[in-house]
Amino acid sequence: MYDIAVIGAGIIGTSVARELSRYSLRIALIEKDNDVANGTTKANSGIIHAGYDAKPGSNKAKYNALGNPMFDELCEELAVPFKRIGSLVIALESYDMEKVEELYNRGLANGIPEMRILGRSEVRKMEPNLNDEVVGALHAPTAGIIDPWELAIALAENATENGVELLLNHRVTAIEKLTDGFDIRTSASGIEARYVINCAGVYADEINNMAAAPYFQITPRRGQYFVLDKNTGSLVNSVVFQCPGKMGKGVLLTSSVHGNLLIGPDSEVLDDKDNVETAAHRLLLIKEAAARTATGIPFNTMIKTFAGLRASPSTRDFIIEESKETAGFINVAGIESPGLTAAPAIAEEVVRLLKATAGKLKKSDDFNPLRRKVIRFMELKDHERVELVRKNPVYGRVICRCENVTEGEIVDVINRKAGATTVNGIKRRVRPGMGRCQGGFCAPKVMEILARELGRDMQEIVNEGKESYILSGTTKGEQDYEGK
Amino acid sequence: MKENSIVNRYDVVVIGGGPAGLAAAIEAKKHGAKSVCVIERDKELGGILQQCIHNGFGLHIFKEDLTGPEYAERFIIELMESGITCKLDTMVLDISEDLDLQILNTYDGFMHIKAEAIVLAMGCRERTREAVNIPGTRPAGVFTAGTAQRFLNMEGYLVGKKIMMLGTGDIGLIMARRLTLEGAEVRAVLARRGYPGGLMRNVAQCLHDYDIPLMLRHTIVKIIGKERIEGVLVARTDEERKPIPGSEELYECDTLLLSLGLIPENELSKGAGVKLDPATGGPVVNESMETSVKGIFACGNVVHVHDLVDYVTDESRRAGKSAAYFVRKKLKENGLLIKTEPGKGIKYIVPHLIRVDNLNKSLQLFMRVREVYPNSRLIVKADNEVIKKSRKMHMTPGEMDNIRIDPKILQQRKPAILSVQVKREEE
Ligand SMILES: Cc1cc2nc3c(=O)[nH]c(=O)nc-3n(C[C@H](O)[C@H](O)[C@H](O)COP(=O)(O)OP(=O)(O)OC[C@H]3O[C@@H](n4cnc5c(N)ncnc54)[C@H](O)[C@@H]3O)c2cc1C
Ligand SMILES: Cc1cc2nc3c(=O)[nH]c(=O)nc-3n(C[C@H](O)[C@H](O)[C@H](O)COP(=O)(O)OP(=O)(O)OC[C@H]3O[C@@H](n4cnc5c(N)ncnc54)[C@H](O)[C@@H]3O)c2cc1C
Repeated sequence: MYDIAVIGAGIIGTSVARELSRYSLRIALIEKDNDVANGTTKANSGIIHAGYDAKPGSNKAKYNALGNPMFDELCEELAVPFKRIGSLVIALESYDMEKVEELYNRGLANGIPEMRILGRSEVRKMEPNLNDEVVGALHAPTAGIIDPWELAIALAENATENGVELLLNHRVTAIEKLTDGFDIRTSASGIEARYVINCAGVYADEINNMAAAPYFQITPRRGQYFVLDKNTGSLVNSVVFQCPGKMGKGVLLTSSVHGNLLIGPDSEVLDDKDNVETAAHRLLLIKEAAARTATGIPFNTMIKTFAGLRASPSTRDFIIEESKETAGFINVAGIESPGLTAAPAIAEEVVRLLKATAGKLKKSDDFNPLRRKVIRFMELKDHERVELVRKNPVYGRVICRCENVTEGEIVDVINRKAGATTVNGIKRRVRPGMGRCQGGFCAPKVMEILARELGRDMQEIVNEGKESYILSGTTKGEQDYEGK
Repeated sequence: MKENSIVNRYDVVVIGGGPAGLAAAIEAKKHGAKSVCVIERDKELGGILQQCIHNGFGLHIFKEDLTGPEYAERFIIELMESGITCKLDTMVLDISEDLDLQILNTYDGFMHIKAEAIVLAMGCRERTREAVNIPGTRPAGVFTAGTAQRFLNMEGYLVGKKIMMLGTGDIGLIMARRLTLEGAEVRAVLARRGYPGGLMRNVAQCLHDYDIPLMLRHTIVKIIGKERIEGVLVARTDEERKPIPGSEELYECDTLLLSLGLIPENELSKGAGVKLDPATGGPVVNESMETSVKGIFACGNVVHVHDLVDYVTDESRRAGKSAAYFVRKKLKENGLLIKTEPGKGIKYIVPHLIRVDNLNKSLQLFMRVREVYPNSRLIVKADNEVIKKSRKMHMTPGEMDNIRIDPKILQQRKPAILSVQVKREEE
């Protein structure tokens, strides 16, 4: 029997699991997919919001304000790149300035520090590539950017290093309340746990309904993006939002932590909880909207489009509470934006809720908050490179020629805890295939390394999900042509 | 800053061990470069030829019909016998304007190499840009033709059974045939334009002979399928190559191959400040295949994408010889300088600049036309005077054209600009 079962290994589930791993508890982190961060956590803007958007008094406002300042230490401990580049909400018409002021006042009510309203010339000085029409802006220097899946992967790794058991390929299908705890049925095996924490993203309503009566609904709300080639991110120096309007929060322009320009999202309510297709007419609208922020966006260097699903709750606010009906069952649901930002603060809240229902928790003596950094060969100095290859020659072979990723880096992320088992899993951890050629050249080599390190056949290696096979058989080779 | 890494020196360093690099290195050695080093990131020499197991190589140079690996073998043997250093499984990470190279492999580790001259011969990579723009899902089962070729020809794996192909580059055409022979069904090959991008020879031998439908003026507007691709939405295209709304039709498939053409691989060149021609995607070069950076030469697909390896060999021999001459200070830097200029109907001309004093035999200009021209002439002008006309039965962007010019004419007329244009016969 586990003490705790955390359902869902997105940014919320991994944050909760890692926070709980500070205590002497037996914890299962249960995920339906074959890797962590495969849901909404891999497809969002990656912004650590300053916190002026949400309505004062809401959970969103509270946990955004609490979460944001936690990122410096968290990212330091987990060796994840994080940059506080600040954000601007720009006014394109003079009447937009009212909205800017409203956001400023909201920010004050939410306790957001260091905000300022800027005039045209100051904005132009900070962001020379924006269109001339910009009238002014709200500046919030505490906003930042992060690679969201990198953080979730790091949290999962650190949690498992501290004893959490990560159960991939376990889709929860039913939950039964026992006298003491829960019986959780999954697509793989049955799991018993005293407490359940529901962090299932867009499926959190369905998980709740397995254990308690329905009392909220999650609607998927899709947002689409463009990603441009690396080095395009320097078009802007901060995260640049348009004033919220008809298109939702407003299309934004930002650099990713790796220097790619990210443009999006829009907002569209769907009924399919797995539909992350991109659509031409939507992308066109985003392109047009973005042109109002800056005309010089080099769309010809685009390397990818993608879409993510916001888990919009019928209650319109984050649901972070123990089920009133089913004791020991905690919902962390409806975590739409700013869920990434709020994640570390939400994780602390979950621990408080758990203590409230379970009583005192015993701290673990050997919790280690630090994660070993993933070495990136190209970021090293000359003498470090020489040293590294001398010690470990696999760092001497370049696999991805767009991003110059070495075999050593790939082997490292396969062999870590919560390591990669798929081509996309490798891509998200060390970026081969994230460049111009999108994996055209390196995919076969990445597959070979995966097969070798995992002791599997090449044909078993999948791209992402279980059914996403890459090879369909072997060639006739020397066989007789008539033979088959 | 460099004290920790071994510094090595060579007269000529050639980056890339494909046919271009091989010919350049051999020729540099022959013409007096004392130390020559070829650096190749693959485990073997030969470049793209190693995965081209079909024939059609060497018809001009050897007057024989060889496979890719057979063609490469002839040069590899010669290279091995001529005392040239070869670093295989070695990546050049960076080159600087003062000809310092950063290289990486598992046996020397990371190190700097100093060269007196560098020959860029990195070849090209497959274009994916158009495919990246297709909306829909991002499932498994979408391959560039070259990746599929690698899987089939070098590793012995199949990539799928029911195949759609976007684009008509040569690798794609060859793969359509190869996959059919392996028992797969190639449902259709789509070209956005009204003509195929690859060689007519390949269209005939790889598609027509196997009854594979070639759908001109069609493109893919959506990719369907959650984990593995399940189908594509195909639409007709208009005169501007844009999809026509309402013309969409669903084609089920388990594989999408992309053959959208090739683009010179010039990340390294950019790092060294080499000036590139937007029309070719490769360096601006002169008659000796020298780039805008002194001492850096370039040849083969890194300069412009070739359809025939024989031309690569010719061009690369010139680059290798010139690099040796440069090291020996025998390359003439001054004298009459002529610019070439693509005129009406011509997309690009290589070389871009001509220093007449370095020409000895005839000057060969390589070019591609912008669209299909049946029964036309190539007209060469020295400034405004026509100096040559050449009749061509059929010109298409898929096939490189060339024309020879007698250097004497240039020496006599001393033009500033040498231009080439296309004229239809009836005009
Ligand atoms: C377009 C867009 C932009 C956004 N931008 C930002 C931003 O800039 N800043 C910010 O702070 N926030 C942003 N967000 C919000 C943020 O992305 C989310 O709040 C966050 O990723 C939610 O994480 P999660 O762990 O709750 O969900 P998910 O990442 O979806 O994780 C849920 C996990 O549960 C698993 N699961 C589901 N059902 C089951 C089952 N039955 N059994 C087992 N496992 C199951 C899923 O496979 C999944 O891995 C954005 C969201 C979107 C969509
Ligand atoms: C599918 C296909 C079919 C063809 N069919 C024919 C045919 O039938 N007949 C014919 O005559 N011609 C044919 N050609 C044309 C001809 O073979 C090619 O144009 C020619 O091989 C190009 O030679 P290259 O040396 O420039 O490039 P490549 O052969 O691509 O060689 C470049 C080499 O440089 C290496 N390299 C690149 N970057 C680095 C780096 N940073 N560090 C170290 N090494 C590096 C690469 O690994 C590669 O080996 C065909 C071409 C293709 C693609």
